[in-house]
Formats: sequence, structure tokens, C-alpha cells
Amino acid sequence: MAATPATPGVVPGRLDAADYAANFADLHPDFDPHEAAVAADRCYFCHDAPCIAACPTEIDIPLFIRQIATGQPEAAARTIFDQNILGGMCARVCPTETLCEEACVREAAEGKPVEIGRLQRFATDRGMAEGHPFARAAPTGKRVAVVGAGPAGLACAHRLAMHGHDVVVHDARPKPGGLNEYGIAAYKTPGGFARAEVDWLLAIGGIELRHGTALGREIGLDALRADYDAVFLGVGLPGVNGLDLGGSVALRDAVDFIAGLRQTADLSTLPVGRDVVVIGGGMTAIDAAVQSKLLGAREVTIVYRRGRARMKASRVEQDHATDAGVRIVTNARPVNDPAAPAGHVAFDYVDDDQTPTGERFHLPADQVLVAIGQRLDDAPGGLAQEGGKIAVSGAGRTSLPGVWAGGDCAAGGEDLTVTAVAQGRDAAEDIHASLTR
Amino acid sequence: MADLSTDFVGITSPNPFWLASAPPTDKKYNVERAFRAGWGGVVWKTLGEAGPPIVNVNGPRYGAVWGADRRLLGLNNIELITDRPLEVNLREIKEVKRDWPDRAMVVSLMVPCTEDAWKAILPLVEETGADGIELNFGCPHGMSERGMGSAVGQVPEYIEMVTRWCKANTRMPVIVKLTPNITDIRYPARAAKAGGADAVSLINTVSSITSVNLDTMSPEPSIDGKGTHGGYCGPAVKPIALNMVAQIARDPETRGLPISGIGGVTTWRDAAEFLALGAGNVQVCTAAMTYGFRIVQEMAAGLSHWMDEKGHTSVADVVGRAVPNVTDWQYLNLNYVTKARIDQDSCIKCGRCYAACEDTSHQAISMSPERVFEVIDAECVACNLCVNVCPVEDCITMERLPAGATDLRTGLTVTDTPADWTQHPNNPAARAAE
Ligand SMILES: Cc1cc2nc3c(=O)[nH]c(=O)nc-3n(C[C@H](O)[C@H](O)[C@H](O)COP(=O)(O)OP(=O)(O)OC[C@H]3O[C@@H](n4cnc5c(N)ncnc54)[C@H](O)[C@@H]3O)c2cc1C
Ligand SMILES: Cc1cc2nc3c(=O)[nH]c(=O)nc-3n(C[C@H](O)[C@H](O)[C@H](O)COP(=O)(O)O)c2cc1C
Ligand code: SF4
Repeated sequence: MAATPATPGVVPGRLDAADYAANFADLHPDFDPHEAAVAADRCYFCHDAPCIAACPTEIDIPLFIRQIATGQPEAAARTIFDQNILGGMCARVCPTETLCEEACVREAAEGKPVEIGRLQRFATDRGMAEGHPFARAAPTGKRVAVVGAGPAGLACAHRLAMHGHDVVVHDARPKPGGLNEYGIAAYKTPGGFARAEVDWLLAIGGIELRHGTALGREIGLDALRADYDAVFLGVGLPGVNGLDLGGSVALRDAVDFIAGLRQTADLSTLPVGRDVVVIGGGMTAIDAAVQSKLLGAREVTIVYRRGRARMKASRVEQDHATDAGVRIVTNARPVNDPAAPAGHVAFDYVDDDQTPTGERFHLPADQVLVAIGQRLDDAPGGLAQEGGKIAVSGAGRTSLPGVWAGGDCAAGGEDLTVTAVAQGRDAAEDIHASLTR
Repeated sequence: MADLSTDFVGITSPNPFWLASAPPTDKKYNVERAFRAGWGGVVWKTLGEAGPPIVNVNGPRYGAVWGADRRLLGLNNIELITDRPLEVNLREIKEVKRDWPDRAMVVSLMVPCTEDAWKAILPLVEETGADGIELNFGCPHGMSERGMGSAVGQVPEYIEMVTRWCKANTRMPVIVKLTPNITDIRYPARAAKAGGADAVSLINTVSSITSVNLDTMSPEPSIDGKGTHGGYCGPAVKPIALNMVAQIARDPETRGLPISGIGGVTTWRDAAEFLALGAGNVQVCTAAMTYGFRIVQEMAAGLSHWMDEKGHTSVADVVGRAVPNVTDWQYLNLNYVTKARIDQDSCIKCGRCYAACEDTSHQAISMSPERVFEVIDAECVACNLCVNVCPVEDCITMERLPAGATDLRTGLTVTDTPADWTQHPNNPAARAAE
């Protein structure tokens, strides 16, 4: 007999095919042209618009919205891509409620910002359908190595290629895209968009992708520095923080769980627990919890050690989780409790300063997903670090001459797709300036 | 409850909302639906002379201008007068008037510019029991090329002549419908009055091309790749109509001549504005064509509610109230000094006032790094542009400087003694203030 949400244990196939399809459909479907015209008309075309400053890539938002309003979404897309070559992905994954849309004056006025993210999606979908919009400058004869084909590396490579440099992108994994391909929630980027976007981006030419080539394994930083005119590191945070609960329950890394989900061809083959507990408070915790629920788990609980206001996931994302039926428990910390009943995880309630209040509770858990942060496991030797990341100054300059870094692996970022794009692009401009000086 | 009934040149109707001569009034079926919905009267779709009926195009006859949410802002048409046989229209007019005796039934007419033509049709209309006739001197397309419609309406002498023929040949009140496609509306109005018209109605449609199809290079609406100018109406033309109504209402030569106000009336408020500027009633076309006949219920209820609030007991009480306040520029008080004021609490910091004043006006708004926008009194000429572009109602207002205050722009002390251009020292023709 097929499994249901009530089937105990960690099993696949809890739902029927239609439910899987509906659950993992586009979270914010594309506007139709009339919806886009109405949404675009709400933009006031502010002077020195606050939304531009709130966008890490500083897209000229009023301009692109006006281009949509006047019936030229392809021109709007060009305005977006000028600043952000992954504008298509950002339109889908940016937490706009804490970026451009938070700054929108209509948010202040009426709590209803212009729907910038969805308008950006409307424009970029149409722009991308027209093919690649940029041409390369005359070849410079310079070669740059980019390590990591995530948003930072891709944005950097594209901008360098545009300036006429030849770029080789090395990535440890079998597919490009970084977390766009392996991490972002499936319902934000369905239909193979991540892969299609990389193909579209590479159409500029001058970028060679080398898969299964890991820095520290197949290649070394010294060799790259010797072989290339410059090196950009955009390796993200490949390591994850672990948790030790004494082996009483099986723990699974949430990022790995999501990567498996993103790569599966058939969601009904993915095992998921009946009672799932997710530990953490960021975007990864939310995505792991929501997707567990959408895979058919009966009970999903996020447990976070601080209050809701301090969760790294935005309020909108928290609400998205609770709307999906996920319970969020705050101010509680998992503990190794040998006395916990079989198949349960023990938690202590804690104050804001993490002192246990003395109350302990147990949650049933077939599956525990841990989402308490990623880290840069083995930073390439010789690079100065800061807070566990690669220290940078200016537009991503590391402590080593000729080596730049950006995205999640570089210190000081926001750990968002859009900041990775901005840093990759800015580093490329800096590299270009230094190579053509 | 305010009394909405009106007596317009002896034609009574339960409210001042008439349907203008146009498709909504082209046949019995429509007009009865309109009366059931509550319209006070109709001006029947323009009739032509007996004989083979008019032929309309068989492709699209309307073009439009829309807002972003497809709100219809302006409509344009290349339709002609009724294309139904004269006798059918006359029979239906008679039936409707018989069945709806309390509603106004005015018949719009357009026949060639000869007295015989008018003499022939007038008794036929009279026989229906209609309350009055409206002479269509306004239609800007199709009929004007045949020497009718605005071809007559643009020549005051013709207006006077035809009006006189009609007055001489019928007992019915004669309303002359004017075209706005003329430089000074007072001339045709004076001609109508000279010919003995009981009233004028205005405006008919404004000559227009609404848009061009940039793929086919044809004006819209496109008939097999070609287009022609049509008549523009709807909300977009209301300001033009209001001005023309006011000009006739305050012209010494036509003052007191009853006016039926037409052009963009869409809500009770539009109607009240026409009444205030001197119209005795209003006629509506585009709003009904856009939303259907039920809108008259909002119009009637809204007008009544507003009149109650203001203590106006009858429509006549409202008519012309704003006319004394319409004046010529030279009589505006130049000692009335205002400055823009920005309410910081309601400001949403969009900066549109700044862009407008900085780029296109008087550099009178400052912007701080924190996006605080403030008016610089020493530069503000009180043009009102910032008020008009601000998306928040009442966030920016024009505040009058009290007497005794200094206008920082001119350095002059504000006085509460009015003075206008006729007394201004820069005016070579100035007369000294008494
Ligand atoms: C589950 C999850 C959900 C997220 N959801 C969102 C979201 O909705 N919105 C948002 O804005 N952000 C989200 N983020 C964050 C966002 O994905 C990252 O900030 C962004 O991908 C960082 O880009 P990057 O290029 O720096 O690194 P990554 O995307 O991590 O790419 C790094 C690349 O480097 C490669 N690499 C790593 N080590 C090596 C090596 N030694 N040698 C060669 N290649 C190497 C990796 O294979 C990978 O392809 C999410 C993150 C996670 C984990
Ligand atoms: C499709 C259409 C046909 C019209 N036909 C006539 C007509 O036959 N006779 C006439 O006097 N006015 C005609 N008009 C003008 C209207 O009566 C009215 O004067 C004009 O539309 C302005 O009013 P509105 O803004 O309420 O539409 C027509 C208008 C439209 C839209
Ligand atoms: S009223 Fe005109 S001049 Fe004065 S601040 Fe506003 S826009 Fe500037």
C-alpha cells in the first residue's frame, strides 16, 4: 500500500502525483501583460528612488518599470541586466520585502509596495526569451580564473567576458549555478530555470566551464595565480555547522537534504519523515521545513534558539512557512537527553541570553534537519580571514595580490544571491581596471 | 431631500440627467431601458431627412484612450447620425413618449441647410408628441463634409438662419447643440440666441485622432488600413466643456440663455460642476456607454446627497452659483500671496515635488540626505506644480501668507488690499487704484 502523510518513519511517496505537482509549482507565477501594466502604473517614478539604493545591485528600478509601463519589457530587461546579469534569478529569490520593496515609498504610504520583484520577473522572462543581450569587447588577451560557478562567480565571469577577457570557471560540482542549482527552494525556481539561466548567461562567449574541478583537490591557488592574470574566488560556504545530540537521533544536514530535492527527477522517490523537526532560523531552515511539508510530512516544526524577531529569515518567509502549516517554536535549544523517549528530540526553553529557563520538552521526530549555518571549511591557504570568511577590502580584494573574492565566502556580505551578484560584478570591474591599467 | 426635478425651457424631467443624442438613445429598446434605470430624459439619436437611410462604416467606429487599468479616459467615434429609417424612429419616439410622459423627450435633428428640408421634418417630429428639438450643429465628421453638422456649427450666420427657420416652423422649444471645434464658443452661442434659440447644449465631440497603429501606420480606429478624424468625448473632454459652458454663462450677450451641459459627465460631482457653471441640466453619453444605464442611480443619489449637505433644495438653486467667480486673468488679485507647505507627517518621500520644482520650475524645494523635502519660501512662486504631482492628497497645500507677513521671494509686505493687473505699475494701461 502507498504511503500517506500518516505513515511512520522516513518514507517516499506520501502524496499522489497531482499533489507533488501542485505543491512544487511556481510560488509567484509570471504576471500577464495586463497585470504587469497595472502593477507598473503604481510606480511613482520617485526622484533618486530609495528602491535603487536598497537593491544591492542598484538596478534602475523606476526606469525599468516605466519601460514595462510603456510596453517594452525587453528594454526593461536590458536595464536590469546592465546592473544584474542574474536579474532573472534575483526576481525569483530576492527577499524583496527586506530590500527594494521595503524601501518603496508606497510601502511607507500604504503598506503595499510596488511589486518590484514580480515586475522584474515579467521583464527578465521576456528579455531572456530574446536571446543574450550583450556583446563582448575586443579581446584583451588576458585570462582570469574564477573558482565557483555560483551567482558570485557567474556574475564576475560574465562581466569579465564582456570586457574582452577570457575566463575559465572551475567548479567542484557536476553542474554550474551554485546554490541557484542546489539550494534555492524548488518552488521559487521551477522548470529548470537555474540551468537555463546559466546557459543564457554563457551565450556571451569567452567563458569556459570546468566541472568537477575543486580548488584544493584538482587545482591549487598558487597554480591558478601562476597560470592566470587574476583569480576570483566565489566558492560560497561549502561546509556546514554540525550539531551533536549524542547519537540518540539521526541528524541530516538541511542543505544536503535540499540539494537532493533540487536534483531529483521524481519527487515521489524522496523519503521524508512523518514528524520532521528543523533546527535553525534562517532561509535554509524555512526552505527545509516548507519543502518537507510539501513532500507530505504530517508535522513539521522549526525550533529556533532565539526570538522570532531575530530569525534571519524575513517575516514574509516565516509567514510563508506558517501558512504552509509549519509550526515555529522559538527560544528553545536542542539538548542531548538520554532520557528522551525513543524517536524524540529534547529541547530546553531558553531566555534571550540563552540561559535555560528550566523547562524541557520533547518533540517526536522521524527526521531532524539541521540548518544552523554554513561555513567556509578549508579556505585556500595563505588568505587572510575574518570571522571564518575570506577577508576582503574594496571591491573584493583579498590579502593576496591578484586574488579577489566575493559572495558568501567573502567577509561582510549578506549571504544573498543578489549580494553575491553585486560583489562578483564589482570585483570584475576592479579586476578589469587592474588588468587594463 | 433635495428636489431633483427640473424645468428646462419648459421641458420637465424628474432629474437633470438626460442621455445625450448618441447610440444609447437610438431606439425604443435602449431608451426604455434607460427610463427604467432612472434617466430623467433623452435626446433621441439625431434624425436625418426622409429617404434612404444613412450608411455607417462596417468596420470599427470607436477608438479610445485608456489608463493603465483600461479605465476609459476618452472615446472617439466616426459614427454618423441614425442609420435607421426615419419613420421607424418617429414611430418609436411617439410610443416611448406616450408610455413615459414624465420623462423629457427631445429629438435631435440634422437635415440639409435649406428651409424646405427643415419645414418638411418639423411637423413629423411635432406629431410624435416630443417635448422639443435639438439642432445637431456639432458632429465633426461624416456629416460636416455634406454641409451639415459642424459645417453649419462653425458658421454663426448659418446657425442663426437655421435656428430662425425652426422657430418659425414649430411650437417646440429649440435647443441648439454647439460644436467645440471653433476658436471662440461665444460667437455660435450668440448666433443661436439671435436666431431665437430657447437654449444651447454643449459640447458635441472634439475633432481627434486617438492613436496611430505603429505597425500598420494607420490611425485608429482603422478601416482597412485607413482612418479618419473622429469626435472625442468622455472624461478627457470635461475641462474643455466646462470652460465653454462658463464662457456662455458669463458672456453679457448670452447671459441667462439656458444651457444643457454636455461633455465627460461621469459622476454626480461632474454634473454639479456643470450646474454650478450655469448649465440647467446635463447630458451624458460616454459614461453610459462605458458603464451602462445604472450609473444614473449614483449620479442622482450623489447630487441629492450633496445638495442636502449644502442646503440646496432645488436644482435651480445650484445653477450658476460659480459663474460670478469666473473672471478674466486681469482681474485676479495679485496681492493674494501663497506658498507651498509640505506636511512632513504625510510625506512619503517620493521626491516628485523636488524633481518637478528643481527640473521644471523654480528650484524652490530642498532635499536633504534623509529625503526630507522643504519649501524654500524665498524661491517659491506658488505655481502649484508640486501640489499637482504629489501622489498624496493634501500632503502639499498652498497656504496664504497673512497680511503683514513678508514674502521672502519679493521682499514685499503682504497686504490684504486686493490689486489686479489693471492697477499694476508694470501695466502700461494701468489705471490708478481708487
Ligand atoms: C537552502 C538555501 C536557500 C537559500 N535561499 C535564498 C533565497 O531564497 N534568496 C537569496 O537571496 N538567497 C538565498 N540563499 C543564499 C544564496 O543562495 C547564497 O547567498 C548565494 O548562492 C551565494 O552565492 P555564491 O556564488 O557566493 O556561492 P554559492 O551559490 O554557494 O556557489 C559557490 C560555488 O562554488 C563551488 N565550490 C565550492 N567550493 C569549491 C572549491 N573548493 N572548488 C571549486 N568550486 C567550489 C560550489 O560547487 C558552488 O557552485 C539560500 C541559501 C541556502 C543554503
Ligand atoms: C458614438 C457616438 C455617437 C454620437 N452621435 C451623436 C449624434 O448623432 N448626434 C449628436 O448630437 N451627438 C452625438 N454624439 C455626441 C454626444 O451626444 C455628446 O455630445 C458627446 O459624446 C459628449 O458627451 P460625453 O462626454 O458624455 O460622451 C455622439 C457621441 C458618440 C460617442
Ligand atoms: S509651488 Fe511651484 S515654485 Fe513653489 S515649491 Fe511648489 S513647484 Fe516649486
